[in-house]
Amino acid sequence: MNLLKTVQVALKALNKNKMRSFLTMLGIIVGVLAVVAMVSIGQGAKVSVQERISQLGSNLLFVRPGSSFRHGVHGGWGSRTTLKPEDAEAIVEECPSVEMVSPEVNTRGQVVYKNKNWNPSISGIGADILAIRGWKMDAGIFFRRGDIKGAAKFCVLGKTVAENLFSDVSPIGEIIRIRQIPFTVLGVLATRGQAGGWFDQDDVILVPYTTAQKRLLGIQHINSIVVSAVSAESMSSAEQEISELLRRRHELADYEEDDFNIRNMADIQEAVTETAGTMTILLAGIASVSLLVGGIGIMNIMLVSVTERIREIGIRLSVGARERDILMQFLVEAIVLSLTGGLIGIIAGIIGSRVISSIAGWPTMVSVASIGLAFVFSAAVGVFFGFYPARKASKLNPIDALRYE
Amino acid sequence: MDNRVNSELIRVESLTKIYHLGEVKVVALRGVSFEVKGGDFLAIMGPSGSGKSTLMNIIGCLDRPTSGQYLLEGTEVSKLDKKQLAYIRNKKIGFVFQMFNLLPRTTALENIELPLLYSNVPTKKRNRLAEESLALVGLSGRKMHYTHQLSGGEQQRVAIARALVNSPSIILADEPTGNVDSQSGAEIMEIFEKLNNEKKITIILVTHDLEISKFAKKMILFRDGEIVKREIIKD
Repeated sequence: MNLLKTVQVALKALNKNKMRSFLTMLGIIVGVLAVVAMVSIGQGAKVSVQERISQLGSNLLFVRPGSSFRHGVHGGWGSRTTLKPEDAEAIVEECPSVEMVSPEVNTRGQVVYKNKNWNPSISGIGADILAIRGWKMDAGIFFRRGDIKGAAKFCVLGKTVAENLFSDVSPIGEIIRIRQIPFTVLGVLATRGQAGGWFDQDDVILVPYTTAQKRLLGIQHINSIVVSAVSAESMSSAEQEISELLRRRHELADYEEDDFNIRNMADIQEAVTETAGTMTILLAGIASVSLLVGGIGIMNIMLVSVTERIREIGIRLSVGARERDILMQFLVEAIVLSLTGGLIGIIAGIIGSRVISSIAGWPTMVSVASIGLAFVFSAAVGVFFGFYPARKASKLNPIDALRYE
Repeated sequence: MDNRVNSELIRVESLTKIYHLGEVKVVALRGVSFEVKGGDFLAIMGPSGSGKSTLMNIIGCLDRPTSGQYLLEGTEVSKLDKKQLAYIRNKKIGFVFQMFNLLPRTTALENIELPLLYSNVPTKKRNRLAEESLALVGLSGRKMHYTHQLSGGEQQRVAIARALVNSPSIILADEPTGNVDSQSGAEIMEIFEKLNNEKKITIILVTHDLEISKFAKKMILFRDGEIVKREIIKD
């Protein structure tokens, strides 16, 4: 019997038992639905995490001084005072893979406006920080290069600071006191939100780094340098160039370790993306269990079906069906069941993930790969779980099958 | 249909069949020998349990003998593999059962087409052969009826049409009238008689009904797995 005819016979047999065929398929439908929907949630999470991180700046490098080591006692990372503003200038001038830099000086301090006060973190930064970080202004203006050079007593407020010090008046042009020193507010940054945990990125006051050095802290060094590479691809060459430049500038001998430390955003991105990937695999794994259960359901029904149809098998054998014909008939039935179930499951899974997106607000992404995988997997389930009952049917002795009551 | 009238079609030599039902050994056939020529109409008679159905199943390639020889058109059947036996059941033998053994929830025509399905006959030809076969048993008007919509006699006639459809060398009928009323039984026997007379189809019939056996040309009587009497009824 040819394949087309076998498929026809199988379809006819399934059609005669519509309810049972549907219930058998249900297991596969739910399994495939779960796989497609879960993978789409995982993929959606992964993509949105990647997007958010690249918004943070996937082409950013952070240069910090190394750990200090005096009289046998280590300080923490960044405790050395070897990093100077001139290093930052040299980096942007001499490293071809570097686009912009901004030195950073960090501190905290009491800030007072009229009868209100607040204690935000204070960041001394360079003029290019907005472009490097992709930050936006909510109101007012940002520092000009001259302000930085002249250590002007200007500041830009983060949203949280602005809200705490100025409840109903516009802060622009007002004078606030940072550690008793009066600063003119130039503008307010657009909100950036929580960065995880209790760290509020908007709880910050920006001042020129020169001002922070000279007027607030009285230091010559800087705490870190933020560097943007010309592109995400040139990250590693930028890292290489900066490392070589700083070793030369800091006159380190070959046997000495770096007195600085470079981290890049891509590492973080990779780690987080990997985490999201692990979650996808986990979800798909859980969903696969239900697909497996669906497969066992098919095997169960096919076994029952073989027992129930032993006489039919006997009749077919007695008029000349070969072992192979019977094997194929039952195998094709199982495959038709699982493939039909798989197709319905894929459609239901796509609809399901849309529904999840719109109700729960989670980003979902149905990937072609997950659909393909679910389809192939459901076909494999059909073959795998259909084979045993089909083989059992085909091995029947014609006379025993005919006599079976 | 079979041009080899009077040539040797079946030769059975000291055929035995022993069943093992747990610890008990049941001897169903103890050394049976006979032959059937093309165009014969042979009735195998005997009380139930005498081994006549066992013999039919062996001749029909549904079962294998424990020992002895069975030659069908000169081929030693007991040495063939499963695939070859399936081929013989499909092409050379038409089996008619006491219980009809039609597929349930299937039309008469589809039932008759079944053997053709397994010999890869193209759809159009399959339809034509099935309808011709159905006409031979006088049921052309019932082709789209489902099995359960047919009476016992009609079901058996569909079963005969199915046995005929692949133009077999021989038709084996195991108590074909056992499950139908006497009038339908007579009709069925007339069909067999007509097939034997007009189409020269070889028929072996198992029955315990003396009236039925009168349609045959030859008769073999079975008792306890052995042939106890051979008789020529007519010709």
